[in-house]
Amino acid sequence: MANTQERVQGFPTFWRTVAAEVRPVWVVASREMIDTLRDWRIVLPIVVLVLGFPFLANFAASRGIAFVNQYGANLIMERMLPFLMLTVGFFPSSFSLVIALETFMGEKERRSLEPLLATPLTDLQLYVGKLLAATIPPVLASYLGMGFYVILVGTSMDWWPTLYLLFLGFVLSTAQALVMVAGAIVVSSQSTSVRAANLLASFIIIPMAFLLQAEASMLLFANYTALWAIVAFLLVLNILLIRLGLRIFDREHLLGRDIDTLDIAKSWRTLWQAAWPQHGLAALYRHEIPALLKRLRPELLLTCLVVLGGGAWIGAWGTANYTLPPQAFDFGAFTNPEALESAVAQTGLLTSFSTGTIWWHNLRTLAGAALLALFSMGVLTLLMLMAPLGIIFYLTFQVAVAGINPWLFVAVLVLPHGILELPAAILATAQAMRMGDIILSPPEQGGGVIGMVREIGYFVKLFVTVVAPLLLAAAWIERWVTPYLAARFLGGS
Amino acid sequence: MIELEALTKHFDTIVAVNNITLTVQAGEVLALLGPNGAGKTTTVRMLSAVLKPTSGHARVAGYDAATHARTVRAHVGVLTEAPGLYTRMSGREYLDFFGNLRGMGAAQRRERIKFLADWFKMTDALDRRLGEYSKGMAQKIALIRTLMHDPPVLLLDEPTSAMDPESARLERDAILQMRDDERRAIILCTHNLPEAEELADRMAIIRHGEIIECGAPAELKSRLLGPPLMELRFAAEPQNGLLPLVERALAAQGAAVQEAGASWVRYRTTTPHATNPALLQALADAKASVLTLSEVTQSLEAVYLRVINEGAVN
Repeated sequence: MANTQERVQGFPTFWRTVAAEVRPVWVVASREMIDTLRDWRIVLPIVVLVLGFPFLANFAASRGIAFVNQYGANLIMERMLPFLMLTVGFFPSSFSLVIALETFMGEKERRSLEPLLATPLTDLQLYVGKLLAATIPPVLASYLGMGFYVILVGTSMDWWPTLYLLFLGFVLSTAQALVMVAGAIVVSSQSTSVRAANLLASFIIIPMAFLLQAEASMLLFANYTALWAIVAFLLVLNILLIRLGLRIFDREHLLGRDIDTLDIAKSWRTLWQAAWPQHGLAALYRHEIPALLKRLRPELLLTCLVVLGGGAWIGAWGTANYTLPPQAFDFGAFTNPEALESAVAQTGLLTSFSTGTIWWHNLRTLAGAALLALFSMGVLTLLMLMAPLGIIFYLTFQVAVAGINPWLFVAVLVLPHGILELPAAILATAQAMRMGDIILSPPEQGGGVIGMVREIGYFVKLFVTVVAPLLLAAAWIERWVTPYLAARFLGGS
Repeated sequence: MIELEALTKHFDTIVAVNNITLTVQAGEVLALLGPNGAGKTTTVRMLSAVLKPTSGHARVAGYDAATHARTVRAHVGVLTEAPGLYTRMSGREYLDFFGNLRGMGAAQRRERIKFLADWFKMTDALDRRLGEYSKGMAQKIALIRTLMHDPPVLLLDEPTSAMDPESARLERDAILQMRDDERRAIILCTHNLPEAEELADRMAIIRHGEIIECGAPAELKSRLLGPPLMELRFAAEPQNGLLPLVERALAAQGAAVQEAGASWVRYRTTTPHATNPALLQALADAKASVLTLSEVTQSLEAVYLRVINEGAVN
């Protein structure tokens, strides 16, 4: 009884406490939003994008449909309509990035942050208030833009999206805006001026642009499951970014750093120390590489899960939708290694089927993927590895569907060289991902650049001393062992 | 009201504040003096619970700044060095926003804004955009913001640096009123030494993060520059024979001549109330014409420069 009474009395007290804690959040958010709406540099482009761009998109769509209809390809443009809806929504929501940088970094630069920090607000209240302030206006503008576009397209071309598609578009737009805001907060923490933060923001907008293209292709194939997967990915990314943002958005950190400088000498020293073996070759393989692998464990795990899981999913999806005809499994022509080699050469992927060419191709691909990691928070490097694995899984599943033993297929055609090539690729990808993610990590003493330089140094060290030798051995096997095993396997099948 | 005990703050390898111990009572103004980068702002930030001390303690209004940061921030008014205003807001909106953040009701905010705006003669400017304010007005509105929630502890960083003389006078009077009538504990960071001398009950001089001198202005002057220096001026130039008389009169009081000119003499005395009348009496007996007898002003600047240049004196 006493407990019940306590609960009855405690319930409103709890909600009163919650309301008291939430109230300052809303006070901060509403002030910021009013301030944003008073800034014509933000309002004018948003208004133009919300009210003007839908007309442009509608005009382009109607012209496009009229053009492709002449050739009976009206399906392509009709598939583009939902994508244009997403694009119309994306542009205003991309302002969340600008607003977030202004809200977080601009306030610090104008020195109006300190009076705010001197109030009883907690770091969390301040963070959430600013997060909402940077998210709500662009997201609302995005909804308005999409709604306006839908009305235009609906009235002019009689195309009305399903409620399901509309809902998906709204969710995607919201998730993208949140990622940009949460990312902008993290980026702001790496810099001490709006200018520097704006430059760093390209590390957010470029991956988002890539994502928009991925969404376009998903919409073209009407693959809504993949779009929901993107939503799920964005939400996970949001959670990670917000968690990181909360960690670095504290008074101590906000007031602790004043100037960003590029210390070239220190950067060079850091790169050298990270890349060059510190105590000779024996110590390199006995201590330094194991230590690097140990710190890389989370990225290695994530890489394995994503590229193997994603590859398997691609393979399964491809097999379900694009099953190869039985004649594709007529391996009669490949009963000797030479025929197999010339078939590989005909694909145009390699200039010649030699150890050096295979090695160089793999090295170049992984190094290129690592470079992409720097501009995509590590996402593209994962996709670069996921794609060939998807093809391998696809072929393996197809082989199984054709009644051939898939395990034997993998054991003979993939594993001999893959047992070295795949770990090397996973290792390079994991470290590349770490390089790409460094922009989202709390900056260390000496600025965020030092952390990135160090990770690049570690990448160089791993790449030269582990990845390249493994790839060389794999390339040799791929040239001199796999074709013979394959010829035997294919000849016997 | 404010207690600092071995307060220390490190930023990476830099020691910003080192082992500061101080107290400021209610109804007292402490001026924190020191060159740029001495650690004044870091000290204020720790007292306002914005930064956490690396070691030591800061208790403000009875609460530990590290463990009860929100409560401390609720009891402190901080005037930051830069006003840091939102230029697209009006003065009224700005003050209302900060009052709202501190949990004040709408009526209470309106009343408080009116009272403070009247006090600081800002009523007419309240509805103008902050971006249109002069530097002095911006500083005033920032001070009003600091006082919105009526805090018992005030931490004021350069409160009059951008103000015209009339506004600065108004603000100094306000600080004295807040100290005397409202019994607030006030820490004032300033480079304006005359202002510090006028307002502060005690001064703490900080260098390289350490307090190197602390005391009442008169006490510091006496300790660092010696006893009060008196100057006696004669009405007529020839004073032959008077100097020995002066020396004898001073010697009888335990004082001695420091310097002498054609028509003047300077001496130091720790007991001016006894020495000066005795000297004047001796001169009157000798029928000497005295023009003036006054204390030579020993500036706080001299004290400050000596402390800063020489480090801890005692």
